[in-house]
Amino acid sequence: MTNTAAETRSVVVEREFGHAPEKLWRALTQPHLIAEWLMKNDFQPVLGHRFDLSANWGVVACRVTEVEPNQKLAYTWEALGLESVVTWTLTPSSNGTLLRMEQIGFRPDQEQAYQGAKFGWPRFLASMEQLLARLD
Amino acid sequence: MPNTFDVLFKTLADPTRRAIFERLCRDGEQTVAALTAQAGVSQPAVSKHLGVLKQAGLVLDRQSGRQTHYRSQPAALAPLLDWTSQMAGFWESRFDDLEQLLKRMDN
Repeated sequence: MTNTAAETRSVVVEREFGHAPEKLWRALTQPHLIAEWLMKNDFQPVLGHRFDLSANWGVVACRVTEVEPNQKLAYTWEALGLESVVTWTLTPSSNGTLLRMEQIGFRPDQEQAYQGAKFGWPRFLASMEQLLARLD
Repeated sequence: MPNTFDVLFKTLADPTRRAIFERLCRDGEQTVAALTAQAGVSQPAVSKHLGVLKQAGLVLDRQSGRQTHYRSQPAALAPLLDWTSQMAGFWESRFDDLEQLLKRMDN
């Protein structure tokens, strides 16, 4: 999945949740719920809607590109000089719902990779430090 | 790669160890004595940190007379600098928070 700089890069995270797709859909699409697990936002499940995800390290500029209630949601994700698309797929399973997140990055070049690395890793390490502290 | 990842995180999660690594990145090759003068911990403690950094591939040592010189290997950080790895870590932790939220929500 990790390709060289000139190619598209993608990240996939999948997890099964013991909850109905409808409930996951609410968590993925209602702004006050999105704020609880992702970032503060002005999201609306409307095709073409532009919204921002805000964190203390900056803003992710997004635009809704796909809305299929309880099944699929996609939006563009522009942050740290890298443009990408985040696609959520909800599939009913025997125990609840299989949630799949795929993020595909475009137009990577040296400068963008550098910027991403420069801003990304200290923050990432800081959050990892907190996480490890909680695990101890 | 997950193992490399874990090792790097565990190695750099310690603030003193990270400070030693950052100093080597910033100021170039240093002796243990020079590092100790700035680290705020004892020489054996600095040596121990350097040993862990060396295990993780983050520093290299060179013997010169009675002195051991250390230099950083920032290339060892590559897995952390990689966009894919960064985002995978980001989303894994978002999924954790989502799971917690779902438990709190009504059906």
